[in-house]
Formats: sequence, structure tokens, C-alpha cells
Amino acid sequence: MSTPAPPAVELRAIDKSFGPVHANRSVSLSIARGSITGIIGENGAGKSTLMSILYGLYEADSGEILIDGQAVRIRSPRDAIAHGIGMVHQHFMLIDTFTVLENMVLGAETGPVLRPSLESARRELERLGNDYGLRVDPDAMVGDLPVSEQQRVEILKVLYRGARILILDEPSAVLTPQETEQLFRILQALRDRGATVVLITHKLREIMAVTDAVFVMRHGEVVAERRTADTSSEELAELMVGRKVRLELDKTPPHAGAPALVAHGLGLRDSRGIAVLDGIDLTLRAGEIVGIAGVSGNGQSELLEVLAGIRPPTVGRLTIGARTIDAAHPAGPAEMRALGVAHVPEDRHRYGLVAPFEAAESALLGYHDKAPFSSHGLMHHRAMVDHCAALMERFDVRPRRPELRSANFSGGNQQKLILAREIAAQPRILLVGQPTRGVDIGAIEFIHRQLLAARDAGCAILVVSVELDEVMALSDRILVMYGGRIVGEVAGETADERTLGLMMANVWTPPEAPERQSTAVTAP
Amino acid sequence: MDDWITFPVLILSATLRVATPLILCAMGGLFSERSGLIDIGLEGKMLAAAFAAAAMASVTGSAWAGLGAAILVAEVLALLHGFACITHRGNQVVSGVAINILVSGLTVVFGMAWFQRGGQTPALPPEARFMPINLRGSRAFADVPLLGRLYGDLLGGHNLIVYLALLIVPLTWWVLNRTRFGLRLRAVGEVPLAVDAAGISVAWLRYRAVLICGLFTGIAGTYLSIAQNAAFSRDMTAGQGYIALAAMIFGKWRPVPALGACLMFGFLDAVAIRLQGVRLPLIGEVPVQFIQVLPYVLTVILLAGFIGRAVAPKAIGVPYEKEH
Repeated sequence: MSTPAPPAVELRAIDKSFGPVHANRSVSLSIARGSITGIIGENGAGKSTLMSILYGLYEADSGEILIDGQAVRIRSPRDAIAHGIGMVHQHFMLIDTFTVLENMVLGAETGPVLRPSLESARRELERLGNDYGLRVDPDAMVGDLPVSEQQRVEILKVLYRGARILILDEPSAVLTPQETEQLFRILQALRDRGATVVLITHKLREIMAVTDAVFVMRHGEVVAERRTADTSSEELAELMVGRKVRLELDKTPPHAGAPALVAHGLGLRDSRGIAVLDGIDLTLRAGEIVGIAGVSGNGQSELLEVLAGIRPPTVGRLTIGARTIDAAHPAGPAEMRALGVAHVPEDRHRYGLVAPFEAAESALLGYHDKAPFSSHGLMHHRAMVDHCAALMERFDVRPRRPELRSANFSGGNQQKLILAREIAAQPRILLVGQPTRGVDIGAIEFIHRQLLAARDAGCAILVVSVELDEVMALSDRILVMYGGRIVGEVAGETADERTLGLMMANVWTPPEAPERQSTAVTAP
Repeated sequence: MDDWITFPVLILSATLRVATPLILCAMGGLFSERSGLIDIGLEGKMLAAAFAAAAMASVTGSAWAGLGAAILVAEVLALLHGFACITHRGNQVVSGVAINILVSGLTVVFGMAWFQRGGQTPALPPEARFMPINLRGSRAFADVPLLGRLYGDLLGGHNLIVYLALLIVPLTWWVLNRTRFGLRLRAVGEVPLAVDAAGISVAWLRYRAVLICGLFTGIAGTYLSIAQNAAFSRDMTAGQGYIALAAMIFGKWRPVPALGACLMFGFLDAVAIRLQGVRLPLIGEVPVQFIQVLPYVLTVILLAGFIGRAVAPKAIGVPYEKEH
């Protein structure tokens, strides 16, 4: 902090809570002018909240913001823009039915009549295009543009407003590697012309590739600050995940039994006719955990939906016991449940529970029509509450109050409640999407142990997770998905991150001499 | 002699007169809905304005005072809707329906209390109304075949508000598509979060939209009670606010197609009036009730499925909340 020029941005002891969730705890950091500074952390570490506070979308509960050494109050994006701060949001703030120019001038018009604004934006667009290689068709409808160009429009919008400090929230999440490279070149050009860039990401590679300095966030706190040149991916990874590195579970070898669910050539087309699942062959055996790894958006969510009966497959068939399910003979979620398939959905707020319901009601969804909870169309409240109290005890859901609204439990406790509901039904097949997304560390280990216990009790389990560590820790077998297909299979105990990473990018080639029985098979 | 020309001229001229309140309401609703606020309350605002205009005009003897009172009352109701739906994020349909019911009752109560005519207001003398304007030289032209009738009875012979309504359509188009306010208004109806992130107040934009809507419905109400008619009678809007809403949706939330839809509804109504008591070949005399029901049936049919893929403003009906 002994540099003569004050930092472009300094945050002091920023604190922010959303109800029971403490998103930022006394965060302090300073960002040097004319640098690219990374803020890295896992999902839910509080990076986006912090930057939204800097941009005025949220107001901090306490703490100070300094821009160029001056204490400022940023109560709205308008204040932030006035201080030269611009933000490229993870979910674009664009109007699909507007042209590129209209989107650029929105909020930065020069006068009450539009034409002069649009003309000056057109000139500015040309200049920025030349200076930074940011080229877009000014008259194109934004909704018609590919995502990478929409992102360019977002950057152009920020620059058009004369921002000197640019915040980019997970910019590469929607980009291909090539497009990401291109974006980084643009960011470097911006820095070389004096702009300050803040890059929020959870990808180590990007931090190493493009930043000058990096802050690591974990559970709402800044846990480390490093100059990028002085650190390594390994160190950052350790700082980022903290205790999670010790994700090793002392699990016993599986006793895989008979196939519980067999999928043959399963395929699914979306409403535009594009194949989102293609030729999936899959066997789940009793007493084993199969993990699905992959970059999100490669068909994992759709696979879960088909297996859970939420969507029928377009082609292929699914066999569970004596029942065969295909496009002509679909089975809905209720029938699937009757067949012994339980499902812990990826998005628990949309599919897992009903937020305004009492915990006792959410703990029963899908099984509410069974005795002893209901008979003759009437619900038995006492039985529901007792059942929920028992589940809470067994799965350590806190607080142990069945009458509390589901929304008032923390993410981890909601997840435990859903898991409890599904495991209590003693399914033969358990599908779990993102078992520990947004779940605190204490609960993660607990959830993992419960899954292992269910496995040892003979349940066939399918786990889909974007956390590679989690897939590796839990799975007896790992399948890798890419572009709606299964492109690789690895045995759990021999899996290594590098091989899985290459498979996830679909660039893995099998070694000349296959090792033992654990070798992967790649799809043709 | 020229019956073949009289009939269409009269029909078209009646179309314009019937369509005027629809056009005004539809343009008002368009501002509101393009900003993301559903406005079921067009009907109520127009009815309240009609009452205010007639009451004020009968007390002061001035049509302009009537217009002023009508706009004021419509704006108060518009602000009430805004307060419920923008500031307090209430349900927009419920708020609109509440306004309609409230006004339907209140106008009659006040009318009985003030004028003792069973909810009616006293008949107004011509000075207290907006009367048809005869275009210069229409008398002289009247004998010129075709053109005379077109000039005198179709182009001319309407009151001020009819012309105002026709002027408001291109004005609405221009404001929406060619001004900063219009750009922001359209944006706030699509992605309010983006507007907020651009540093623009979502609430203030929507309040302005609601105020414009109040202004237009105020003028529409004035038209009903002191231009087209000479007094207020209970529930005189008779669902025209809803028809205007339907026309606006049928016009896919765009001013010019919405104008077209209003004119079509107006035309149907004009034809219906003309056909009353007329014996048609083959069919015979058409019952009055059947003709009168036509515009409403058409509304239902059009709204039910004939509007094709109407792309509503994306954020319509959704209260804007920044933090959840």
C-alpha cells in the first residue's frame, strides 16, 4: 500500500447479508490502476455480490468504498457510472428486441430525441471497433446475435459510457476457448490504454493467463491476495477450496450387484430439434455410485430429467426391472417414483421444494398421497410433522422445526431435507443432481456420507456434479459427458483430474497401451 | 340521388366517431403496457373521466373545464394504480379491476347525490360541449358530388377530440420509437433490470407511463360524455375500455396496428347501428341484440386465438424487485 498513486478501487470492511446468508464478511481489497485484477473463488464465495455492491446494484450493510483514493457512496448504478465504473454482468443486461446501437445508448443518450444519440454511438462504435477489435454490426437485433457478440455489446456499452474501471463477472462462462482468448486480448488492450479491469471467475487458468494480481475469496471472505507472477494454479486451488481439498472419503469398495437401470441409445431433442442427448448407453447397478462429469450444459441436466421421467426420451429406451420406457411408452415422475426411482433435482428451488411451504410439507412432496400421510383425499398433519421431525433428526436438519417455511432454511439444510425425503423412500435408484451446490462445508461431508450409506445399503446412485472433486470423491465409476454424449468412462479409484479434464474438453486420446481394466473408452 | 355514396360516407364517419374513445384508450394503454404495467383499469378511468367532465361542464358551463376535471380525475386513478403496482408491487390485474368496480359505483353515488337524476347528469347545452366543427367552405362544396360529401361529412363535421385522437397515434409512434423516453420506456417493459443497471429509475419511468395513460383516458372519457353525448349516464363506457385493451393487444402493442384494430371495432359498431331494423336479403331482419353483441364476440374470438403470436412486452405484469 506504499505506492504513490492511490488504487483505482479500494474496498474496506464490506459486509453484506441476504437474510440468513452472509454473502460478504468484512471484505477489504485494493485494485491498482491500469491493472487486470482477478477475483477468484468457488460458486457462492461472494465474488458477484461484492462486485454488485461496487456497481451499486446492492448496498453494503457496512464498509467503505474508495475510488482513486476518495471515499464515495455508491447507492445505485447511476452513482457507479458517474464514478467511471462499468460492469459486464454474467447475465447480460441487454434488450433482445433492440438493435446494438439502441442497447448502447440506453441510459447514455445525449438528448431527448434519439437520432443524434444513435449517430454518435455509431461513430463511437466504429472507433472502439478499430481500437480494440470489438466489431459488431450496429444495426443487428441483439437477440439474433451469438452470445459472444452479445458480450461484446455489453463491453461496448460500458466503454461508451466512458468507464475507466471495468468489472467482468464470469465473462468466459458463455464463451468457447477461442472466444475467451479473443476477449482476453481485448482486456489487455484496454489495460494497456490505462483502464482498470476486474475479472471475476472461478477458473484458475484464466487468472493465470491474463491477470496481474489476484484475490481469493472463500465463503464471503478474502482469504488471500497474490501477485499472479508469484503464485501458481496449485496454490490458488488450495486457497480457493480450503478444507475441501481433504475431500477424500474413507469409503469401502463397492459391491456392485444386478443392473437396476439400463439405458440403450437414449436421445433427446429440444424444441428446436437439436439433439441435446445422443446415443446414451448407461447401466446403473445396485450398490454403486456412478458419477457424471462434464462442463455444465453438455446434456447432464437433460439426462437427469429423462431418467427422472420429467421429459420422455425422443429415441432409445430405458429399462427398470420389467418396465421399458421409450417415446411411445413414457413414464412420468410419479410412475418413476413408483418404480423405485428417487430424484434430488439440480435446481432445488424450482423442482426440489416449494419455498413458502412448511418444511413438513416440502419433506413429503411426491410422497404426499401415500399412507399414513393422506387417506381419502385428506392430509394428516400430525403424521406429516412426525415424519418430518424424524427425518430432521436423522439427517441433522437445523433448525429442527417442521412448521418453519422451507425458504427459511439455509441451502445446506434444504438440501439435507430433500435428500432425507428421497432416501427415506428407500429407492432402488437414486438420481442426485449437484448434491452440494450452495451447501456449506459441514453439510457437504454429511451429504456425501449419506450417499455412501445409501450405496452400501444397495441403492444404485447416479451423481451429476459440476464439481469434479466431488465426482471423484464419490464415484465408483465416472462417465464424462460432452455435447450430449458419453465420451469417456473411468474407474473411480484410478481417475485423475488431467484425464477427466481432457475428456471433458473432448480432446482426450487413449494411450497406446491401455493400462489395466480402468482404461477409458471413448465414443466413436 | 347519391345514396350509394351517402351510405359508405355515413358508415365511415360513424366509424371514426365510435373509434375515437377506443383509439385514445388504446394509446394510453399502450404506454402503460409497453412500460410493463397491465392496465385493465382503462374502463374505470374513462368512466370516471366521463362523469367528471359532464359534472364539471354542467356546473361551470365550460367544456374546457370539463376536460380539465376529467383529466385530473383520470390522473388520480392512474396514480392510484401506479402506487399500488409500482411502489407496492401489487397485482396489476387486481388493481385495475378494483378501480373499475370502484368507479362504476362511485360515479352513480356522486351523480345521485349531486344531480338527483338517478345517476345521470343534466343534459348539457351546446356551449358546454365539444361540438362538431364544420370545415371552411363545406357548405359551398356540399353540392359537388362525391368530394363534397367526403370533405364535409367524412373529413369534417367531427368534434375537436376526434382530430386529437387521430393526431395522438403518430405522436405515440414518434415518442415510442424516436425519443429517449420511448427507448427507455420500451426497455423497461422488456428487461427492467437492464434499465436499472443502466442507472435509470424503473419506478419513475413507469409512473410517467401511467400518467400519460391517465391523460389519454381522461380525454376519452370527456369525449363520451360531453362530445359524443350531452350527459353522463351510468356505466356509459359499456366495456369500451376492455375493447380498447383488446384492440391494443390485437395490434401487438404497436400504435399503428392498434389504430387499425380500433377502427375495425368502430366499423363493426357503426355497421351494427346502421343494420338495426334493416331487412337483409335472405336473412330477413336481424335482431338488434345480435348486432350489438358482434363487437364483443369478435373481441373474444380475436383475443382467444386469432392474434397469432402476439409478442407482449417481456416484463409485462411482473412487479420489479431488485433484491429478492
